[in-house]
Amino acid sequence: MTETPLTRNIAPDKGPTDLAAYEANGGYDAVRKSVGQSTPDDVLEIIKDSNLRGRGGAGFPTGMKWSFVPKPDPVQSPGHRYLVANADEMEPGTFKDRLLMEFDPHQLIEGMVLSAYTLSADVGYIFIRDEYHVAIKRLRDAIKEAENKNLLGDRILGSDFNFHLYVHISAGRYICGEETALLNSLEGKRATPRAKPPFPQVSGLWGRPTIVNNVETLCNIPHIIANGPDWFKSLGLGSDGGTKLFGASGRVKNPGCWELPMGTTIREILEERAGGMKDGYGLKGFLPGGASTDFLVAEHLDLPMEYESIMKAGSRMGTGTMIILDDRTCPVGMIANLEKFFARESCGFCTPCREGLPWVQQILDGIEAGEGSLRDIEILERQSQFIGAIGNTHCAHAPGAMEPLVSGLKYFRDDFISHIENKQCQYAVGGA
Amino acid sequence: MPTIKVDGQDLEVKAGVNLLEALLSAGIDLPYFCWHPAMGSVGACRQCAVVQYANDEDTRGRIVMGCMTPVTEGAMFSVQTENAVMFRDSVIENLMLNHPHDCPVCEEGGECHLQDMTVMVGHSSRRYEGKKTTFNNQYLGPFIGHEMNRCITCYRCVRYYQDYSGGHDLSAFASRDRVFFGRSDDGVLENEFAGNLVEVCPTGVFTDKTLSKHYTRKWDLQSAPTVCTGCALGCNTYTSERYGQIRRVHNRYHHEVNGYFLCDRGRFGAGYVSSNRRIPQSGIRNAGGLYDPVNLEAAISKITEMISSSAKIVGIGSPRASLEANHALRDLVGSENYCNGMTDTDRELHGIILDALSSDLVTPTLADIEDYDAILVLGEDVTNHAPRLALSIRQATRNRSAEMADATQIALWHDAAVRELAQHDRSSLIVATPVEDRLDEVASQVLRLKPSDISQLGFDIAESLSNSSLSDSNSSETSAETASIVTALTNAKRPLIVSGTSLQNANIMKAAVNVALALKTNNPETGLFLCASECNSVGVAILDNQGSLTGLLASEPDMVVLLENDLAPRLGQGFESQVSKIANLVVIDHLDNASTSASHIVLPAATFAEAEGTYVNNEGRAQRSMAVYKPKGDIQASYHLMDAIQLGAKGVINDGASTELRSSTEIRHDLVNQHPVLRGIIDAAPEADFRIEGSKSSRMTHRASGRTAMLANISVHEPKQPVDSESAMAFTMEGVQQQTPASLRAYTWSPGWNSNQSIHKFQSEIGGSDTGGDTGVILIAPNESLTPYTIGQIDRGTLVAKLHIFGSDELSANSEELSQLIPRPYIRLSSLNANALGVSNGDGVSCQTQGGELQMAVIVDDNLPVDCMVYPRIPATAQLNGIESIELSKITEWVSDLNPLSPKLITTDRTS
Repeated sequence: MTETPLTRNIAPDKGPTDLAAYEANGGYDAVRKSVGQSTPDDVLEIIKDSNLRGRGGAGFPTGMKWSFVPKPDPVQSPGHRYLVANADEMEPGTFKDRLLMEFDPHQLIEGMVLSAYTLSADVGYIFIRDEYHVAIKRLRDAIKEAENKNLLGDRILGSDFNFHLYVHISAGRYICGEETALLNSLEGKRATPRAKPPFPQVSGLWGRPTIVNNVETLCNIPHIIANGPDWFKSLGLGSDGGTKLFGASGRVKNPGCWELPMGTTIREILEERAGGMKDGYGLKGFLPGGASTDFLVAEHLDLPMEYESIMKAGSRMGTGTMIILDDRTCPVGMIANLEKFFARESCGFCTPCREGLPWVQQILDGIEAGEGSLRDIEILERQSQFIGAIGNTHCAHAPGAMEPLVSGLKYFRDDFISHIENKQCQYAVGGA
Repeated sequence: MPTIKVDGQDLEVKAGVNLLEALLSAGIDLPYFCWHPAMGSVGACRQCAVVQYANDEDTRGRIVMGCMTPVTEGAMFSVQTENAVMFRDSVIENLMLNHPHDCPVCEEGGECHLQDMTVMVGHSSRRYEGKKTTFNNQYLGPFIGHEMNRCITCYRCVRYYQDYSGGHDLSAFASRDRVFFGRSDDGVLENEFAGNLVEVCPTGVFTDKTLSKHYTRKWDLQSAPTVCTGCALGCNTYTSERYGQIRRVHNRYHHEVNGYFLCDRGRFGAGYVSSNRRIPQSGIRNAGGLYDPVNLEAAISKITEMISSSAKIVGIGSPRASLEANHALRDLVGSENYCNGMTDTDRELHGIILDALSSDLVTPTLADIEDYDAILVLGEDVTNHAPRLALSIRQATRNRSAEMADATQIALWHDAAVRELAQHDRSSLIVATPVEDRLDEVASQVLRLKPSDISQLGFDIAESLSNSSLSDSNSSETSAETASIVTALTNAKRPLIVSGTSLQNANIMKAAVNVALALKTNNPETGLFLCASECNSVGVAILDNQGSLTGLLASEPDMVVLLENDLAPRLGQGFESQVSKIANLVVIDHLDNASTSASHIVLPAATFAEAEGTYVNNEGRAQRSMAVYKPKGDIQASYHLMDAIQLGAKGVINDGASTELRSSTEIRHDLVNQHPVLRGIIDAAPEADFRIEGSKSSRMTHRASGRTAMLANISVHEPKQPVDSESAMAFTMEGVQQQTPASLRAYTWSPGWNSNQSIHKFQSEIGGSDTGGDTGVILIAPNESLTPYTIGQIDRGTLVAKLHIFGSDELSANSEELSQLIPRPYIRLSSLNANALGVSNGDGVSCQTQGGELQMAVIVDDNLPVDCMVYPRIPATAQLNGIESIELSKITEWVSDLNPLSPKLITTDRTS
C-alpha cells in the first residue's frame, strides 16, 4: 500500500476528524516541532527542498513563491501580513479540496499555522465557496477547537507567534479562484484580477505582503515538516514529489477522487481507480485537470500525471481531476457548454475575455444547432489566437477558457466540419 | 533618459513613463482607450498592444500592453508588426460587437475617440451576426445624459468618478458582457466634477445635456479659448457657439492650472449668457417704473445729460468684470471716484492676498498643489469656493501612496496597483472649517470650528511653530489638536496652507499667512494658497484697491455708474436703503438683477463669451479670455460702452463714435501705462496684430462647411463674416488653427484625432506644457519678505454664510440647468439651538430682516460648532449677507422639507 498522508484520516465510512482524533494520529506534531523551535527560515528551506509544487493548477514551486515575500520589517513596513487558503474550488469537475476540508479540517489548519509561521503572517483567511457549507461548518468548529488549545490565536503554544484564522465565504464567482481577484473580493471590492506585477507577496491583501495557496498545497505542509523533504520527494514516482488527489468524472464506472503518487499514469487512474468507461461508452478524449485544460485523447493514456509530461503533451495537469468525454457525447456541444460557463464567469474587465468569449460561445452554439458555416471555424481560430495567449488578456481566465476549444478544434475537427456540413448534431447527447 | 528601439528606430524616452506615454510623446500613434494621462494605466481595454522582443535574436516576441509596459534601456518593441496590428484589430472588432453604431445620432459623433481609434486600427468589416447587448439608461441629473448601449467598458468613468474625484454614486455593476456603469438608482450625480465624465468617456455614454438640447456637431461650432469666470482659479475653457447661442463649455488643457478637468459650475454655468434674464438692449426707466427700450445712442445721450448735471459721479467697478472694463470705468470717473466693487471686507481680504502674492511665500499652481504632502485647510470651503482646487488637494493626499509605491518599486502610472498598495493610507490633510466638507473623507484630521476659533487655531499653530507670541491671547498651552497639526506640518517635506475669503474673515487669512511664514523659516518648500472671491478679484485689487464701496456710496454722489455688479448680495439687507438714495444710477450688466431693477438707465453688457477681456486669478496669473462670437444688437463690451459714455459726454456720440472707441488692445496699453505693475497682461495673449504666416487664428474648424448654408434659408448670398478688430482671431474657418499659441487656439484637433484626446499633439510631453506657448502670465514677482500679522479684532459673529458650488456664483446661478441644483434656503443649527426653537429636521423657520421676511428649512447638525448657524449664500438669501446674528421663529404652516440641499427634480427622462 502506497502512503497517503493527505487522506490518512479520511475514509468513506468515517465522519470528520476532530482535534482529538487528529492529534492522536500525530496531528499538530509538526507545529509543536517547529513553532518557537525552528526559525521561519529553517522551515522555508525544508519546503524549498521538498520541491512542493502548487496544487491549485499552475504547479508553481511553493517554496519559491514564499521566498518572494519580503522579510518582516515592523519599522519600515508595519502592519499585518496575510496567508490565504484558496478554497474557492470552482473549476468544473474538481472536488478534491472539498474532501480535504470536510473530512480533515485540522490538516488544513495545521498547514496554515505552519505556513503562517514560515511567512511571519499573523492573519489568515480561508476563502471558501458558499456551496461548501458542510466544510464551512466543520472548519469553523475546528478553528474553535484549535483556538481553545492555543494552536491558533495569540502566542501560539507559548511562543511569540500570533496567528488568527478566519473563514470567509465567497459570494460565488469562478473568477474569485484567481488569487488576485480573490484578494479584491476579500477586500469587499469587485472580483477583478489585479495586474501583476506587483505580486501579492509584495502588495496583496490590503496592500500588504500576502500568500495565497491552494488548500491541497497547504495540507501537504505538515507532512513535509513532520517527515522531511526527502521523504516527500520519494512519494512521487517521477520528477514531482509527493502525492496528489486525482479525480475522474464523466461516464466512467466509478467516478471519484483518490490520493495517488505524483506520476501515476492516466491509464491507472482511469482504468484501475475509475474502473474504466461505463459499458457501451468509449473514450473520446479527456480534460486532464479541469475545464480550463486542453483535451488529451487515448494516445496520451500512458502519460504520467506530472506537470512536465502533461505540459509536453500540450495540456496542463491543472487540478489533476479529469473530465472524461465519451464517444456518445458531442464534443462540440461539450465545448459550447464549457465556453458558456467561461463567458458567464468573465469578470468583464478586459476586452478579449468580456467580448470575445460570448462571441465564441454564440458561434459554438450555432454550429451545434446546425447553423454554422466554415467561416465560423476561421473566426474561432482567429478568436483563439486573440484570446488564447497569456499576456493578451488581463488574467489567465480567458486563455484557460480557450484551451478546450483550441485542442477540441485539433482533435475533433471532423466533428465541427460534420456539424456544419450536415447542418445538425448527430450525437445522442448534444451537451449544449 | 533610456533609449528604446521601436520598429528598428532608436527612441530616447523619458525615464519612468510607460511605453504608451513614451510613444505618444514621441508623436507615434498607438490607439488606446482605458489609459488616461491624469489617471494612469490599468490594462483593461488591451487596445495599445505592441510586440516586445526579448533580444535581437527574438523574432517572434510577445504581445504586451503599451500602457502597462515600463520603458527600460534597450527594450525592443514593434508597433507595426503583423501580430500587433492583428491583435489591435481584434480588440476593436470585439469592442464593437455590441456597440450600436448609432454615430449619426450620437452627440459624440465627429469627436469620438472610439471612431478615431476604429479608423486608426483599420477595422472596417463586421463579422459578428449575433444580437447586441442592450441596457436601460438612467436619469443622472440636468447635466449628463446616459446612453449605456454605446459603452465599450473601458472603466474610465468609474476610475475617474470614484478614484480620481472621490464620487460614491457611480459604479460598475454586474459582470461579463453585462457590466453596467451607472447609479444604483436614477438620480442626480452627486459629485461636483461629474461633468468631466463627458470628456473622460471615449464614446457617447456620458454626454453633455446642455449641448444635447440644441445639438451641434463639433465641426459646426465656433469656439474660442476662454477663461472660466465661475471662480478665482481661472480654469481654461473652450466655449463654443452656434447661431449666437452658447452650446457648450469644454475643458481647455493648461498644464499648470486646470489640467484635464473642470468643475460642474465651470462646465455648465455659462448658460446664463442666453438666460431669459439677459438684458438685450438699453433701457430707460419711465415714471411708471418700467423700462422703455431705447437704442444705444439714445441711452448714451441720456447718460451724457446726467453727467453734465452731476457734480459727483462715482464709478463702481466689479471683481467679475475684466481689467479692461474696470480700467475704462476708472478712466471715466477718475481714480478718486472709482472703487473696484468689492465690499470693504472683501477689499481687506484681497489686500492680504496681494501681500502674500508679492511676498516671498510660494503660491503654488493647481498642478503644484498635487505635490504637497501635508495640507492645512484653514477656514476655506474649497469644494464650493474654488472647486477645482479641491480636486487638486484630493490628488495631493495621494502623495503618501506615491512614497509607498516608490519604496515598493511600483511605477506611479500603474494606477490600480498603487491604489491597492496604499489603500486608505493618505498624506496629511487637516480641514478646519465650520461645516462638513467633501474633503473630510480624505482628511487625516477634521476640525469643526466657528470662524473665530479657526483664526485662533491658526494663530496658535503659527505661534507654536515660531514660539513667538503674535496673538494677543495668552494661550501658552498648546492644545493636543494644535500640537498634532504642528507635527504634521513640520514633518512634511512640502507643507501647504490653504485659506481664503469664503468665511469673509480677515483673521483667518492672516493666521494662514502667519502659519506659512512660520513654517517657511525652516522649510523653504512651504506653500500658501489663498482663494480669492471672484474671477477677477485679484486683478481689480491690483488695479485699485483703495476706493471704498461704502465710503463712495456714503459720499452722496449725484450719479453712480455700476459696472457688471449686483450690489444686492454685497450690501445685504442695507441694499435697498443705500441704493434708493442714488439720484442717477446707470447699470451696465448682462442680466436683470436687483441693481438693474433699481437703475435709471441700463446698458446691455457683453458677457465673457462676447467680449475679449483679461482676468487675474488667485495665483496672480493674468489670462486673456477671447470672444466666442460678436454680440447681437446693442450689446457691447463694457469697456466700449464706457468709452462711448466718455465720448458721448464730450459730444462725439452722434458723430461716428464707434470709430473713436479704443480697441481692447489700446485700453490695455493705456491701463499698463498707468499701472506698470500690470505690464504683464499685455503678454497674456498675443496682440491683435499677431499673425501666423500672415493669417489670424480661426474660431471655426476647417470643416465648418455648414457655415455657408447657415443663413441660406434667408438669403443664398452668404453675408460677410463679422470682422474681429479686437484680437488676432477671426470669426471664420479661414486662418491658422494648429500652430497657434494656446491662448489663440479655438479647439484641439489633429489629423486622425478628432476628440479631446488630440491634446497630446499639443503637449511638449504627456502632461507637459503647450508647444504653442501657454496661456497667461504671472504678474507679481514674489520677492518682499512679509512680517507676520497681528490678530485683529476677534469677531464673534456666529452666523455663517455657506457657499454652494451651485448658487453662490451670481452669474452661473442663472444658467437653466445649473439653477435646478441650487439648494433651497435653509438654516443649519446644532440641536441645542434647534431645541431652543422647538424645531427639528425639515421644519421651517423664518427671520425678519430689513429686506423682509425669509423662510428657511431647518437642518439639525450636531457636528456644527454649537453656537454656529449656517445659511446658504444663494440669491434667495442675499438679504442675510453681512448680518452677524439673526432671530428665528418657527413657522407653523410649513410643508416639511427634509433635504433642502437636494433638488426636487423629476427622476426620469423617459416618457413611458
